[in-house]
Amino acid sequence: MSRARADEEEYWHSSKFRAFTFDDEDDELSQLKESKRAVNSLRDIVDDDDDDLERVSWSGEPVGRRNKLPSFQSLSDALSDTGVKNYAPELRRPKAEYKDYSSDWSPKDTVRRMQRGKVCSLERFRSLQDKLVLLDEAVAGHDGNVITAVLIFLKRTLRREILFRELEVRQVALCHLIHFLKEAGEQKLLLDLLRFLDRTEEVALSQYREHLNIQDVEKRREFLKGCIGLPFSAEDTSHIQDHYTLLERQIIIEANDRHLETAGQSEVFRKYPRKASILNMPLVTTLFYSCFYHYTEAEGTFSSPTNLKKTFKIPDKQYVLTALAARAKLRAWNDVDALFTTKNWLGYTKKKAPIGFHRVVEILQRNNAPVQVLQEYVRLVEDVEMRLNLATKYKCHDVVIETYKDLKDRIQLTAYKCKVERGSAEEEKINSILNNM
Amino acid sequence: MAFAGRRDVPEPPDFGILKRLARDQLIYLLEQLPGKKDLFIEADLMSPLDRIANVSILKHEVDKLYKVESRPALSTSDQFCFLVRPRIKTMRYIADIVNADKMSGRSRKYKIIFSPQKFYACEMVLEEEGVFGDVTCDEWSFYLLPLDEDIISMELPEFFRDYFLEGDHRWINSVARALQLLNSLYGPFGKAYGIGRCAKMSYELWRDLEEESEGDGQGRKPEIGNIFLMDRDTDYVTALCSQVVYEGLVDDTFRIKCGSVDFGPDVTSSDKSIKVLLNAQDKVFSQIRNEHFSSVFGFLSQKSRNLQAQYDRRRGMDIKQMKNFVSQELKGLKQEHRLLSLHIGACESIMKKKTKQDFQEMIKAEHSLLEGVDVRESTSFIEEHIDRQVSPIESLRLMCLLSITENGLIPKDYRSLKTQYLQSYGPEHLLTFHNLKRVGLLTEQAAGETLTAVESKVSKLVTDRAAGKITDAFNSLARKSNFRAISKKLGLIPRVDGEYDLKMPRDMAYVFSGAYVPLSCKIIEQVLERRGWLGLEEVVRLLNGNEFSVSDSAVEDNPAWESQRVVLAVFLGGCTFSEIAALRFLGKERGCKFIFLTTAITNSARMMEAMIEAKA
Repeated sequence: MSRARADEEEYWHSSKFRAFTFDDEDDELSQLKESKRAVNSLRDIVDDDDDDLERVSWSGEPVGRRNKLPSFQSLSDALSDTGVKNYAPELRRPKAEYKDYSSDWSPKDTVRRMQRGKVCSLERFRSLQDKLVLLDEAVAGHDGNVITAVLIFLKRTLRREILFRELEVRQVALCHLIHFLKEAGEQKLLLDLLRFLDRTEEVALSQYREHLNIQDVEKRREFLKGCIGLPFSAEDTSHIQDHYTLLERQIIIEANDRHLETAGQSEVFRKYPRKASILNMPLVTTLFYSCFYHYTEAEGTFSSPTNLKKTFKIPDKQYVLTALAARAKLRAWNDVDALFTTKNWLGYTKKKAPIGFHRVVEILQRNNAPVQVLQEYVRLVEDVEMRLNLATKYKCHDVVIETYKDLKDRIQLTAYKCKVERGSAEEEKINSILNNM
Repeated sequence: MAFAGRRDVPEPPDFGILKRLARDQLIYLLEQLPGKKDLFIEADLMSPLDRIANVSILKHEVDKLYKVESRPALSTSDQFCFLVRPRIKTMRYIADIVNADKMSGRSRKYKIIFSPQKFYACEMVLEEEGVFGDVTCDEWSFYLLPLDEDIISMELPEFFRDYFLEGDHRWINSVARALQLLNSLYGPFGKAYGIGRCAKMSYELWRDLEEESEGDGQGRKPEIGNIFLMDRDTDYVTALCSQVVYEGLVDDTFRIKCGSVDFGPDVTSSDKSIKVLLNAQDKVFSQIRNEHFSSVFGFLSQKSRNLQAQYDRRRGMDIKQMKNFVSQELKGLKQEHRLLSLHIGACESIMKKKTKQDFQEMIKAEHSLLEGVDVRESTSFIEEHIDRQVSPIESLRLMCLLSITENGLIPKDYRSLKTQYLQSYGPEHLLTFHNLKRVGLLTEQAAGETLTAVESKVSKLVTDRAAGKITDAFNSLARKSNFRAISKKLGLIPRVDGEYDLKMPRDMAYVFSGAYVPLSCKIIEQVLERRGWLGLEEVVRLLNGNEFSVSDSAVEDNPAWESQRVVLAVFLGGCTFSEIAALRFLGKERGCKFIFLTTAITNSARMMEAMIEAKA
């Protein structure tokens, strides 16, 4: 791409709010003339509805004459040009072939005309029978634009119950009306339609969807509260309930923490200022936040991780992954250790995790855990091959050496000697194992 | 016919005329509002417009340029022109501007140019807002944007959601008109094949339009002889897979937009982003775009060595030779050098990102799903992916892949994955799950009897009206993917003894590391080979039918014509670069040329994003 072109692109894409002006230097006039010539010969593609001398909106009212622009006379030249005639064949039809707009097109012809972008009056389809034949023709014509146009006409000229009743047995048309109502934001009519069709779940979802447009958190919370009673499936009802509870909690936590942060009393907030508000964040993000800022809080407080875990029935696996990531980020290795330590009834401690220890290692490593911490968990990776891989990758020499020892693999052990430092404790260890093997 | 075993691949027709047509029509339309004017352009139209015209061409027609949806700036211009997609939201935006002007007593001329066509619903909004008559409307029939010598895009990404999720047929007319234009310029297409409801409707509407055009072009020597239309929902699996051919990977990683990509500082190793056109003109890219990623490195380093050697040649040169070298070769070498370093940078950046994301593990899980082995393991891989909040889009994609390959999730898994997903990525995704269920991308297996049996039994017992409701309720569930059975029938999972040589691919499976032959491409291959659907009855049944194959008897069928070996592959709802690579490969093998017409270039992320509800 040339420099000039690149600049131009940048220019082009940088237009956000501000307008920019083209300077008037004329350098491409000749090029333009050429384009003009080309365009003139293309007139018949561009202007294919010159037969409508008077324009009529599809709902029937004339909307006034269209401005005929100066280039009109060249149309005949364009028509005599055989090279391009196949672009707009209908132009070459004698005008007499077209009936006056006000005369009766059959439903089929009406649909065909509309498919070709022609203006067409629908007002004369007055009996229900006629309206439905028109609708069925539109559906049979496969053009959604026309189907929707007919539906808008029916919506205007039929009582809604009658329209709904007829649409129930016309699924394709029904989809078009629903989509149109969604796009046009006619929420009330949409809900009426869905209720009429007994699509209760869609009624609920469609109402719930509106919360996306509510910016104010207090209003959003109120709105969500109202959503709990909507006819969702049992499963979804509990999700909606959770959504409400979560936002309710977040509002409380946010208010408290903003206060804490500004007061400057809490060390963790001073050391790690919050980057964003917790409002409207997913549950797992909220849990991470709570493990980060409120880890040691008693279960009684809304912001404590254990409270969140209990309230939202967060599975162990999810909880451990999140807590681990949060504590590792703070380099609180003791907390990490406690997360996996369990005591049995004899008082012996044991390391257990609901996720694979290779995952634990990965998360620790990503948070730059020191080798001493890392190797403790690498050692716990069950799969020998994976353990060796991880240990080698993260230079947990002890684990590598012990694993080879357990495998009684002299060759590998000898080979590994060159990976450790000369005269180090590790080298000594390898030597002594080799001597005793 | 296509697969006559000839090896010389026909040249693609010249699609440059499509750009000229679009550009000239736009200029003509702008001239219809003579004098200085401000132009408001829809954001979605900026990149396509960039491909066919540049600012300097518009310069003579336009004073200032604005983006639609930005706050209208204070403008003194007497004329406003809006270049937009036909959307209700945009109509309200325009109506607000017009009404504000009216309120303040300002008079201006307004013109709306719809691309590619006007919708009646838009006019209705203008009427409702009381501005019909204050604005004039026109259509810019910009249906076809050639992205490359063999790819034409309609640049309608919303087609996917509008048709497959909402069931709206609004774009079928646009497809039909696009086909009409291509047929008039490069046809007549002698043979048409297709599968899918939308394919069938588009074909019918197109034929309907053709009937009126009095059969021009008869007896003309066509450049494209065959056309194959396919609905995206015939094959969701392929579109959901991680792409591993270079062009697909670049699209998945950096997002190719209208045939060009923004390489950020991590690729350019400077502080600037560079916009690069990716097409056959790029001498480096054109050689690696269809390659499996693993062979791209080798190619690039070989290329670098060659380049070095060419530079080195100048050492032994005398003045005259040096002069020649500088004037004739240096520019080319420098250009090649620039491209090489960009693509090497892109590869490095891709590698970095992929290793961070456990790409290997993910590919392994995907391959297991495709093959139908270790489903439990893959399910827990997906679960962990969700729990770790790796990426909302990737998590969705993997769930959909699991669902489609397994004919739906078992209810227990569905509930638990959904719950965890909502917890990880936000409860509002409840709406996303509902949408995915409706299009059949992520469903729950029904217990017991097959649905169709229940359905027919029920409908015998109750009145039509109630039956309609029940059928409707079953509708979303009944759309089974049958992937496993289709895969077996068509042999989509190659049995490989030993390593699959990705450098010397032997079938289209190479685009997925030899693990899977893209279903969409396999169907096209089979139908072209058989010149119809004969012998594929079982596959067609599993794909839910709607297949067709039509020969136009009026079109001269001359086997000597190269056009017989040119196939226009039409993807309704989007096509991926992996599919394009696979069919390019097939074309080379069988001596035919595929031209791609797609409603938009797609990939798994774009498909998933289309299912997410955004605020109004």
